[in-house]
Amino acid sequence: MTFLGMPSRNLVGEPFPRAARAALGNAQLRRNLAKATGTIRAKRASVVAEVPDWAGLRAAGAAIKDAVLADLDTHLLRLEEALTARGTTVHWARDAEEAARVVTELVTATGTTEVIKVKSMATAEIGLNDALAAAGVRAVETDLAELIVQLGDDRPSHILVPAIHRGRAEIRDLFRREMPGVDPDLPDDPAALAEAARRYLRHKFTTVDVAISGANFAVADSGALVVVESEGNGRMCLTLPRTLISVVGIEKLVPTWQDLEVFLQLLPRSSTGERMNPYTSVWTGPTEGQTSHVVLVDNGRTATLADPRGRAALRCIRCSACLNSCPVYERTGGHAYGSVYPGPIGAVLSPQLTGVRHNKTLPFASSLCGVCYDVCPVAIDIPSMLVHLRGEVARTTAPNAESAAMRALAWAMSDSRRWARALRAGRLGRALGRRRDRIGRLPPPLSAWTDARDLPRPPRQTFRDWWETR
Amino acid sequence: MSTARAEVLRRVRAALAHRPPAPDVPRDYRRSGGPGDLDLFADRLRDYRARVRLTTPDEVTAAVVAALRERGLRQVVAAPGVPAAWVPDDIRSDDHHTAGGVVTACHVAIAETGTIVLDHDARDQGARALTLLPDYHLVVVRREQVVAGVPDAVAALAGVRTQTWVSGPSATSDIELERVEGVHGPRTLEVVVVR
Ligand code: SF4
Repeated sequence: MTFLGMPSRNLVGEPFPRAARAALGNAQLRRNLAKATGTIRAKRASVVAEVPDWAGLRAAGAAIKDAVLADLDTHLLRLEEALTARGTTVHWARDAEEAARVVTELVTATGTTEVIKVKSMATAEIGLNDALAAAGVRAVETDLAELIVQLGDDRPSHILVPAIHRGRAEIRDLFRREMPGVDPDLPDDPAALAEAARRYLRHKFTTVDVAISGANFAVADSGALVVVESEGNGRMCLTLPRTLISVVGIEKLVPTWQDLEVFLQLLPRSSTGERMNPYTSVWTGPTEGQTSHVVLVDNGRTATLADPRGRAALRCIRCSACLNSCPVYERTGGHAYGSVYPGPIGAVLSPQLTGVRHNKTLPFASSLCGVCYDVCPVAIDIPSMLVHLRGEVARTTAPNAESAAMRALAWAMSDSRRWARALRAGRLGRALGRRRDRIGRLPPPLSAWTDARDLPRPPRQTFRDWWETR
Repeated sequence: MSTARAEVLRRVRAALAHRPPAPDVPRDYRRSGGPGDLDLFADRLRDYRARVRLTTPDEVTAAVVAALRERGLRQVVAAPGVPAAWVPDDIRSDDHHTAGGVVTACHVAIAETGTIVLDHDARDQGARALTLLPDYHLVVVRREQVVAGVPDAVAALAGVRTQTWVSGPSATSDIELERVEGVHGPRTLEVVVVR
């Protein structure tokens, strides 16, 4: 039952370098990704620049999450009490398997053979759709992109726009082939495709009686749950079915309603680059005659919490700004990470949730350029965490000189002034390496790294500078 | 079940064995902006491609009726608490499954983000499905309901159990990142702002 012996396969894929090589060969994927990430990056930058107190909001967001984590047991108990007092039934799950089993039992107890789902990272993480299918229940994804992914028997490639790897003609063909009752002459313009999905799903919304959601935030002192979305499928799922089951990671808590004044500014601007997303639903206990359940999921979060240097990954509000900013992600896409959590945050969160032993390559899926940290609305220092995890990978595998080098690098990077000094030293190193564009050897302990490979000569401009100004 | 609860709580406590002190939260951001700027609010709404009508307290009914007539709606539902005169008898319906439009008031609105928030326990805003199924939503916003920023709205919403925050019509960018308005919620949002 312990997650260490049994990493959820939704968090581990094939080794990153191999998967990335395959992705890099896919031209359509790279074109779509570059367009998507470039567009969202620009939108985000402009709506963030509009907010004069962004730095203050970011600091508050980070501190609120840290405060929740520092007293997580107390806040969880308060949330449970508030939910129960309102009439919601609270369940707990230690790992993915248990969470999926709890939900499946709740679903089958209603006698239904079909459920509708609001897009939720947590349900993807626990492999819920497969568990339901094994029990004879069909889970219908209602987010347009998730629906595209599901009809194509495919995997999401991005947290925010999961079907970004698909082109419109592909989607039209998919709908014609897989969507019951669709117009056989369906054209491929996005409005027509969205209309087809609207009609197909409207029927599901009004006939299926059990819905499964996640939650972006759970307010500990009132038991209010919050879902942030764009399309309205969330509103449909939360409103129309008689039974609502919400799967909530234990890190989703905020202490008070007031704290949302911070996150409802940070999240939409960082995520879709909008001043506010089209729809946010808030509900407190069962509403309008519904039955409501909440399943609180650990699945590796407490292990992450136990590491003081990795803990901050639990602040993540899944905005995907770090994905859209990441030069590695922009080229490989989400599939290469092999986890439901891709990109920079996935590279730190996935190995922590599964234990680094089971996810050795992801901490290396980064150039450590630092853009992810700069854009993160809750100031997660992903680069330092990656270096720390690389050290952990080295420590848990055979002790060798590389692990010593990694620890030295981790030390250099764990303090921003130290790191800046190292970068400047690197620029000096350029002068030394003027003849060749490689540096042959570094002094120990960093020599363990350069013994195995040449270190490229540091460029005139650091990558961080170039990426920000391009 | 209870063993899972005990085990998760035990793991949390073990992880926090050294009890990191909870940091003080720096509230170093704009906490209260007061009343919202109506022109900014209208601009933001238009940015989302919502329709906006500005009117005066004496002409609200006329503005609402004119909007519904222009739209050519044959069946319109309204939240139970809105003034009867807003929806003329010949187009009034009580079935939100078949109606083409819905009329409500709101609880609070945010100028900076162009957001309207509904309190579903309030009689003039109605149950959630009412404003979800019809394809057109007309909402009347009074000047004193418009606040400057998100923190003002959050303060005004303390204790409101069931809320929907609406910022423009339903939208998706899931296909090649091209924006399409109206997937599941109302495809048209019209806002009558009472000066
Ligand atoms: S790590 Fe930060 S930037 Fe990345 S998804 Fe999480 S909150 Fe967003």
